[in-house]
Amino acid sequence: MTQLHDELTIAQEWVAAGKNVAIATVIETWGSAPRPVGSHLVIDADGNFEGSVSGGCVEGAVVAEALDVLSSGSPNMLEFGVADETAFEVGLSCGGNIRVYVEPVV
Amino acid sequence: MDLVTLKELNEYRRKRIAAIVVTNLSDGKDRIVAEGDAVPGELGDPVASAFRSGNSVAVEAEGSSYFLNVHLPAVRFYIVGATHISQALGPMAKLAGLDTTVIDPRTAFATEERFKEVRLSTDWPQDFFKHNPLDHWCGLAAVTHDPKIDDPALIPALEAGCFYVGALGSRKTHVKRLERLGSAGLTDEQLQLIEAPIGLNIGASTPAEIAVAILGSVISAIRSRGAMA
Repeated sequence: MTQLHDELTIAQEWVAAGKNVAIATVIETWGSAPRPVGSHLVIDADGNFEGSVSGGCVEGAVVAEALDVLSSGSPNMLEFGVADETAFEVGLSCGGNIRVYVEPVV
Repeated sequence: MDLVTLKELNEYRRKRIAAIVVTNLSDGKDRIVAEGDAVPGELGDPVASAFRSGNSVAVEAEGSSYFLNVHLPAVRFYIVGATHISQALGPMAKLAGLDTTVIDPRTAFATEERFKEVRLSTDWPQDFFKHNPLDHWCGLAAVTHDPKIDDPALIPALEAGCFYVGALGSRKTHVKRLERLGSAGLTDEQLQLIEAPIGLNIGASTPAEIAVAILGSVISAIRSRGAMA
């Protein structure tokens, strides 16, 4: 039987190793969003991350926000949309909107 | 997320117990609810419905916004018998999102050639399930027609409380099967959980149609879990 190993177990390992860790979670999606509601990205204070909330489109921004959340200690809600109508019409996966909740592990 | 919540969540996931992380988006506080825990108040209904559907969702309750993040164990489906029906049922079950394994110790049947798309084991069922324990999140269809192979799969499946247990065979065959399993120590209550004749009653006749009927029963059993509890 394979051991459970994913971003949520990694977050726990990071905390056990003494790191500050933030968890980002997809709360809502509209239109075509590549990752389902409930998906996680976990980030440490050095900017290392595991998992995904969008399949690559907004991870950079979420990681940056997570570093702020870690220094302030307060959770934050982020909203991302894609304004590029051309991208939307050709069916790129980034044509959706997502709401992402970023919180520290405390 | 509270570290205690994270640890509890990972523990539930390791033990294959369904759990929901309930986060109050207004103040950031969270807690964990395992399936079967009582949830009083306005959150009770949305929590029960999230456990049934498996869909995570944001809800308004008691004057706050909450996020319910559902973590259901992966549903495993075991097909005992590498038969013609299984050749259709295996890929169909996999398409439907079930973690599917075909088990048959008869190596003439259980060949990679015939089962390219699903996991295959040539262990005897009693050995296989000793190393891969069954639980509530497992379903099993026994389709060999051979008691030597079907029975040692049906017994652990019924003992483990699998969400679905089906066995292929006529009503006459099933009566004999019930006698055998009864003498093996299973209770009448457990024996009643076997679906036989197997599959939804849709008049299925070809192997592929029988596979559709079985898969229909399996999906229905997963989705009505809450009603059965």
